[in-house]
Amino acid sequence: MATLKEVKTKISGVKKTAQITKAMNMVAAAKLRGAQEKMEDFRPYTSKFNDAMSNLSGGANTNAFPLMENRDVKTVELVIVTSDRGLCGSFNANIIKLALRKIAEYEAAGKKVSLVCVGKKGYQLLRKTGKVRKSYNETMANFQMFNAREIATDVADNFLKGTSDKVEILYNEFISVARQVPTVGSFLPVQPVEAAEGTEKKISGDYIYEPSSEEIMDVLQPLYLNVLIYHAMLEVGAGEHAARMTAMDNATNACKDIVKNLTVVYNKARQAAVTSELMDIVGGAEALK
Amino acid sequence: MGQQIRLEVVTPSGSKVNEDVDIVNAPGVGGDFGVLANHAPFLSTIKIGTLTYENGKKRESLMVSGGFCEVSNNKITFLVESAEVGSEIDVERAMRAKERAEKRLAQAAQQAENFNRRRAEIALQRALARLKVAKR
Repeated sequence: MATLKEVKTKISGVKKTAQITKAMNMVAAAKLRGAQEKMEDFRPYTSKFNDAMSNLSGGANTNAFPLMENRDVKTVELVIVTSDRGLCGSFNANIIKLALRKIAEYEAAGKKVSLVCVGKKGYQLLRKTGKVRKSYNETMANFQMFNAREIATDVADNFLKGTSDKVEILYNEFISVARQVPTVGSFLPVQPVEAAEGTEKKISGDYIYEPSSEEIMDVLQPLYLNVLIYHAMLEVGAGEHAARMTAMDNATNACKDIVKNLTVVYNKARQAAVTSELMDIVGGAEALK
Repeated sequence: MGQQIRLEVVTPSGSKVNEDVDIVNAPGVGGDFGVLANHAPFLSTIKIGTLTYENGKKRESLMVSGGFCEVSNNKITFLVESAEVGSEIDVERAMRAKERAEKRLAQAAQQAENFNRRRAEIALQRALARLKVAKR
């Protein structure tokens, strides 16, 4: 049986862990609120952007734009968006699992795969595959539009150079606080955007373009890529905190359970010690008679 | 007061302006343009510069960086990467950015590095637009 002192140290240790996990839970909750607001703020921008894109790409000839060109796919690039920090349950592991499955799929089809990692965790976990072309660490903590632009420009350049023929983006979609789903989104070539259901399909011929619609598309497409990356980063940013909140809540509960069990062990040990001491005293008193 | 047009400025960090105005002046890629009420459907790209609008006697300026704008149904929507009103602009920071960009441009003029030059030019444009708005 464990000695009294050992059990006592263990109990206080577990209690301290619970304190930390509880604090982390609360911090994550606060950060989640900020991340969710950021997501809400971005929503009008995306919806307007998609409207304009669908208006324009409706009449556009797909192969006229280098960013829309459908080529024979030899190399696939995967942009993997993860968080910078761990301790958020299976959040990053889920994305990585999906990434590994995608890599295996493409390689089985005889295609080369290169990876771009956004977020430190993705890089740490995928480094050993040797396929990481570029990684952006420490950007997830406080990212802004220009971070997304940097990434989008780099990936687009690579596509234009012909080093990659198809680009997909992998991230965790934020469904709710309790649910984040690993998702694959197409990135390049730029897909013509379908008008969202319910909105009237406007005829692009009605517009006056300045400069021409083609030139506007040339400007819009890189912007659209920024939007896609930024969107994925926002989803992962919010998802990370939500996942950490749940993970830390679970950890706090597990700690409480352990403390409960250990307290039982402690009390049993204490009782045994008291009993044996009593026996000693009684035995000593008997001997004196 | 005549007819008005609804102006909306949307950035990635939220909607910045949403009100009815008399006239909007914007820096289009093909030159500045003005939009009044009941303008025909119109789509244009926007470069870095100042966006001004008037509402009665009120006259407001915003610094906008690249994006595009759409006019339809008596509504003008700007989708820009950033938009700042005069009071939000940190003049000192913009001044520093201007000096830095000018220095870089001077350096880049000696070398043939196109990429850095382009970046410095954009930074300079942004800084100048900010200063212009802040002075109003």
